[in-house]
Amino acid sequence: MAWLGSIVPLDHLGHYIHWHFILISVSNLIVICLMVATFVAALFLPFPGRSRRKENQ
Amino acid sequence: MSTTEIDRQWTTRLRKRAAGKLPPEKLLPDTQPSYVSSWIYVFGVTTLAALVIVIVTGCILAIEGPQWWHSSDIGHFVNSMHLWSVEIFFFAMIVHLWGKYFMGAWRGGRTLTWMTGCVTFFASILAGFTGYVSQTNFDSQWISTQAKDGINATGGGSFFNVLNLGQMLMWHIVILPIAAIALTAMHVLLVRIKGVVPPYEEDTEIAR
Repeated sequence: MAWLGSIVPLDHLGHYIHWHFILISVSNLIVICLMVATFVAALFLPFPGRSRRKENQ
Repeated sequence: MSTTEIDRQWTTRLRKRAAGKLPPEKLLPDTQPSYVSSWIYVFGVTTLAALVIVIVTGCILAIEGPQWWHSSDIGHFVNSMHLWSVEIFFFAMIVHLWGKYFMGAWRGGRTLTWMTGCVTFFASILAGFTGYVSQTNFDSQWISTQAKDGINATGGGSFFNVLNLGQMLMWHIVILPIAAIALTAMHVLLVRIKGVVPPYEEDTEIAR
């Protein structure tokens, strides 16, 4: 697991973004961005078998 | 016992009411409406699946105890499973929440479904917080000493003491899981009773 530690150094201070009154850790910001990306992808990516189901109804 | 007497029993009335509201074909339907064929509808069940893993790993951690999850390889693995299933649980729940918010999922008499979802969300945040302060490591010490000032400022510290490990652990493994599971069960049953909310355009077509 040493390779993982070299990618994400967990024994150092975390990185933060500070802009006016907004203070957020980079890790939290990444998770929020991933949630937004997942949400947008869920809206636009075609669902398998959707056209077939519509035809059946 | 006469038929009238049987009909008046609370068990009979409850059974008839439950069967009327939620017949087996509605509880476990064979098909779903075509609009459910979208990725946005998968996040509710993803949250549910993650909750099952959270409960199973939590039970294993409760059986074995802190010594085990801090020192053994399998303990570390189950502890990590518990953490990462919680991460997936919240991730999926937030996307589910966004989807339902923009869909106006409280439409068509689904207010209680929406409200049980919201209350489950808040109960889950509290469960997550009490979990963080129950880890019995330096991380939990840091979080609880930071959190005590915030909670004391609200006056809540008098009965909810984040520095009291026993109290936090009991909230985390007894009260909040019971609340989260009961609320989730109610939420899912309400979804089955009222059905999955249709998109706005389908609703307009139904209204026509």
